[in-house]
Amino acid sequence: MTWSSVETIKENIHTEEFWVNMGPQHPSTHGVLYLEVKLSGETVVDLITHIGYLHRGIEKIAENRTYTQFIPFTDRLDYIAAMGNNLGYVLAVEKLMKMEVSDRAKYIRVIIAELQRVASHLVGITTFAQDLGAFATPLFYGFREREKIVELFDDICGNRLTYNYMRIGGLQFDLPKGADEKIKNIIKYMRPKIDDLESLFSSNAIFTARTKGVGALSKEKAVNYSVTGPNLRASGVKWDLRRDEPYLCYDKFDFDIPTGVNGDSWDRYKVRIEEMRQSLRIVEQAIGGLPEGDPTIKVGRIIKPEAGESYMRTEAPRGELGFYIVSDGSAYPYRMKIRSPSFSNLAVLSELAKGIKVADVVCVLGSLDIVMGDIDR
Amino acid sequence: MSADALDRQIAIPKESLLETARRLASEGFDNLHCITAVDKNESIELIYILYSINKHACVTLKTQLALDDLAIESLANIWKSADWLEREVYDLFGVKFLNHPNLKRILNPDDWDVHPLRKDFSRPDLIKKPKY
Repeated sequence: MTWSSVETIKENIHTEEFWVNMGPQHPSTHGVLYLEVKLSGETVVDLITHIGYLHRGIEKIAENRTYTQFIPFTDRLDYIAAMGNNLGYVLAVEKLMKMEVSDRAKYIRVIIAELQRVASHLVGITTFAQDLGAFATPLFYGFREREKIVELFDDICGNRLTYNYMRIGGLQFDLPKGADEKIKNIIKYMRPKIDDLESLFSSNAIFTARTKGVGALSKEKAVNYSVTGPNLRASGVKWDLRRDEPYLCYDKFDFDIPTGVNGDSWDRYKVRIEEMRQSLRIVEQAIGGLPEGDPTIKVGRIIKPEAGESYMRTEAPRGELGFYIVSDGSAYPYRMKIRSPSFSNLAVLSELAKGIKVADVVCVLGSLDIVMGDIDR
Repeated sequence: MSADALDRQIAIPKESLLETARRLASEGFDNLHCITAVDKNESIELIYILYSINKHACVTLKTQLALDDLAIESLANIWKSADWLEREVYDLFGVKFLNHPNLKRILNPDDWDVHPLRKDFSRPDLIKKPKY
């Protein structure tokens, strides 16, 4: 080849941006999520999120089920934290019916919801580390710790993943004999394990390098996108419904609200670690002051709330979970809207992804801790 | 009980939505939390639930859309969260949002021509409700 022809080739070589598909089947997408990524070299220029692959029409199904029949469907929204969904739904129906539950039921609900938060964050953090290439090891640790909580839930309600435990007006069962001892043991067991997990990640040079400064979300943007939960607090907004709009008996407990500074993936991980500790604090106080009484339900299976509407939002592990229910006085909801936390949390991804490397998209996605069942409904 | 967004409701005609939204945004309502719709058979009701994180305040906007004119201004230029929430309402109810940056179906397939949360939507395999 002559020199001049090499020059011609060089002149003709050009770079261009191109589209790459990530998903719908991709190990780091936590479900069935399809991202279209426009790349310039390795840098993301544009990102389009396609959702809906898990859409089961749960809101339509709700219109054809009685209020009690719908409880198991809420388990299938955010299946990593099914108790949180159970709770959000029954609270919304109770608000619609202006119903008060017994103190014992409230305390048990708080204990269950906070243990569920710990279990959910354990999965969230360790799968995040797995996305960053820490293959299997942290995941096994996380699942080993989570197993204790899952076993407790199994004792309480007979299920390990989809619990169907909360009832409108109370709970399906009271705590079984010896459960409070078990819960105390879990707290004792879990505290050092959380420290272990934290030191495992925080002292890891690769983990630190991959997460610090990656995918920073500013305060204003987080609020504008209606990002909620740990992701919002990581951006430095001290907002937690358990403190700011207390429901159940959260106002009786003493706990801190951890916040981040930069809103990057590192802060989102840190906030989750700290939240687990705070959850254990709440559980400890609640189990110490557990009142006597009967937490099981007093209402029948077919309930007909008066015509009206209610909106109830709760602090689920992934953010603010809202149920908007319209009743026409019949045994079926006229309309049920589920405002899922992951839905709005995922919407911010295309904003965060612009300008970062394609490998970091996986990091940001992992740190947002989404569950597709919650998004697609 | 906690502050309830539905306690403070403002019913507005659809023409003044954008103006009201801008005013509320300037008053500090920085979080458009939820947009949803209810099919009331003769009209479709749109519900906007807004919060202010600093002021601990909440407000609900409601507006009615006639079935033959299902179009309303988009709020995506004020609150970014409206982008996906409005797409969802468009997908499930068929309400068109004017000046929306990307009004496409979000949950259901693009080539579908029905809106499943409308009350007139039915399929042969939908199970009939038993009478209680």
